[in-house]
Amino acid sequence: MTDAQELIALTRQLLADHPPATTDRTDFLRARFDAGLAWVHYPVGLGGLDAPRALQAVVDTELAAAGAPDNDPRRIGIGLGMAAPTLLAYGSDEVKRRFLRPLWVGEEVWCQLFSEPGAGSDLAALGTRAVRDGGGDWVIDGQKVWTSSAHVARWAILIARTDPDVPKHRGITYFVCDMTDPGVEVRPLRQITGEAEFNEVFLTGVRIPDAHRLGGIGDGWRVAQTTLMNERVSIGGARIPREGGMIGKAATTWRERPELRTHDLHRRLLDLWVDAEVARLTGERLRQQLVAGQPGPEGSAMKLGFARLNQAISGLEVELLGEEGLLYGEWEMRRPDLVDFTGRDAGYRYLRSKGNSIEGGTTEVLLNIVAERVLGLPSEPRNDKDVAWKDLSR
Amino acid sequence: MSDLLYSETEDDLRAAVRSLLTDRAGHQELLGRVETDSPYVPGLWKALAGDMGAAGLFVPEKLGGQGASHREAAVVLEELGRAVTPAPYLTSAVVATETLLALAGESAPAAELLVGLAGGRTVAVLAVPLTATPYAEPSVASTVTGVADAVAADVLLVPRADGLYAVPATEATVEPQTPLDLTRPLATVTTEAASGTRIAGPEEAAAAVRRGLLAGAGLLASEQLGLAEWCLEETVRHTRERHQFNRPVGSFQALKHRMAQLWLDVVGARAAARAAADALATGSPDAPLTVAVAQAYCSKVAVRAAEECVQLHGGIGMTWEHPAHLALKRAKSDQLALGSAGRHQDAIAGLVGLPAPA
Repeated sequence: MTDAQELIALTRQLLADHPPATTDRTDFLRARFDAGLAWVHYPVGLGGLDAPRALQAVVDTELAAAGAPDNDPRRIGIGLGMAAPTLLAYGSDEVKRRFLRPLWVGEEVWCQLFSEPGAGSDLAALGTRAVRDGGGDWVIDGQKVWTSSAHVARWAILIARTDPDVPKHRGITYFVCDMTDPGVEVRPLRQITGEAEFNEVFLTGVRIPDAHRLGGIGDGWRVAQTTLMNERVSIGGARIPREGGMIGKAATTWRERPELRTHDLHRRLLDLWVDAEVARLTGERLRQQLVAGQPGPEGSAMKLGFARLNQAISGLEVELLGEEGLLYGEWEMRRPDLVDFTGRDAGYRYLRSKGNSIEGGTTEVLLNIVAERVLGLPSEPRNDKDVAWKDLSR
Repeated sequence: MSDLLYSETEDDLRAAVRSLLTDRAGHQELLGRVETDSPYVPGLWKALAGDMGAAGLFVPEKLGGQGASHREAAVVLEELGRAVTPAPYLTSAVVATETLLALAGESAPAAELLVGLAGGRTVAVLAVPLTATPYAEPSVASTVTGVADAVAADVLLVPRADGLYAVPATEATVEPQTPLDLTRPLATVTTEAASGTRIAGPEEAAAAVRRGLLAGAGLLASEQLGLAEWCLEETVRHTRERHQFNRPVGSFQALKHRMAQLWLDVVGARAAARAAADALATGSPDAPLTVAVAQAYCSKVAVRAAEECVQLHGGIGMTWEHPAHLALKRAKSDQLALGSAGRHQDAIAGLVGLPAPA
């Protein structure tokens, strides 16, 4: 057990041994990992000190005050948020030692090969095949989609079907895939905004050694739950100021451009202003619940609320702009690292926010989850649970 | 940032109020009373306001109150909203009490009245229509219609051109009207210009009345929250039990999505109502905006919850025997009470600088 005082002392020692002003960024991050100050709740030797997760804030505050470099969360978000907890829970010691340090430092970017053209909300229906060859390696064939960072990723977490003769949830296995394998082809997936934040990934005869399997053969769905639960954890951290989200852009336009104002738009803007303020208070209440150690199910409300709000506010903004709303910044195909809602024009916000009710679970699926897990309503009858995957209609 | 959670004390208070209302003022009791001369359950006010001390929650101890805050009063209102209880709590223990609190420092008669209110011995009602808002001066006519709970009042607080007067109910004419909300009686109140005791001059009176109505609007959001919660819970319970097409109707996705959406709205209403109660409790300069946001949001949620409750109960929801109509009538009436959503939005436009077109 490590307490806050010890962590502060260790952090100051790190800063003394590797002064941020004169140390190379990557060298500093490696030293921080080796000192166990990367994610303090991880095991000793794997970037942590077996300390309570909440104490990470102590380290981060100390490092930020000293102007120390942080690991870049842009391209390594999937590695940090999803691959790392899964590797920690299911990887062999050798796998953990090999992958976690370069992942955390950002030297190796990760991506996630889960979704497929035929398996979105019904992820467990996926059809990418993994077949074992005589030498014990796995050979992968299939197609994945909506893959962030695939074009810069060194590694991927991958789920594939290893047994088509059992019901869909039982025939899946979880792997670490080498994105430099010659059978991996990454193509940009251009989307509604004109950009390509995502990729399609074609897997043709990709070879994966059995040592890069996470969890048992056929146990991939259970392993994937670790990844997916971590995907939904991130809400509730930051405080948003009043008018901090997209409503701020619309409100600013309203204030600065009196000639655009109409009564109809005024009423709708005020409606949305109220909704945005209530969403902010809901997030604040959730944060207070987490701090008080009483996490509630309200996290599910946040994503659903923001999707609806972002879409409604950005739609109103385009209308408010009138003739200017008919124009669009640029359609040139780019491959951005980040979704940049506030730095772009209203047309971009309008188009990109359409994804908010699809990515990370569609609104329809999340409403089912709220209805069943929060309200305790009965599930719909299912006809896919006891049918072999190969016999499902597609 | 305001505290948006419930304290242990507040949870205990909630449990006590809920238990009292369940024992004494259940829906069957109310359904039996709403068409009699008075919807108020005999003895309930004494138990709630006096014995339990709920009437004086945010009144200082030296004036006979509990020295707690608007946060606790808000919890009482959540429970009164859940049970759609006929009780002059919002009118007497919130609006009239807050109005008198604003005057108690300067006016001995106001302080004296307040002691009676805080102890639950006296019921006082501000003689303004239930639709009065904190944003406009109340009318000073000698006859006022739509005064909520006037039939239960011992004292009427009457705004006149030269100040605020306390008029004993025995010196006034109170004629009951037929209200949409059977659980909150309305009446036409007529007072003689000469009757009563002046407790404040015109300027102090106007500020005090505004403060009373602002507190009323802010805490009404908690009543609306409690009502919406009950509507959602009952609807979930009913649709889990009711079978059609050989399945519980609550298993149909079309219905599940409506109830899940309602839950999201209730989650927002809780944050908004708590923020308003906390802003009033701390005397925050942000209170007018926080109250307006809570009212603009919660009144819509309560109406939607009650309307969904009626619809998703099917034919049962349309019957007089089922309490859903009591909730619907309260919710619809609450939507107009102390300012419609639109009026509160207009106030927000002014407060945050989003002006209407010229």
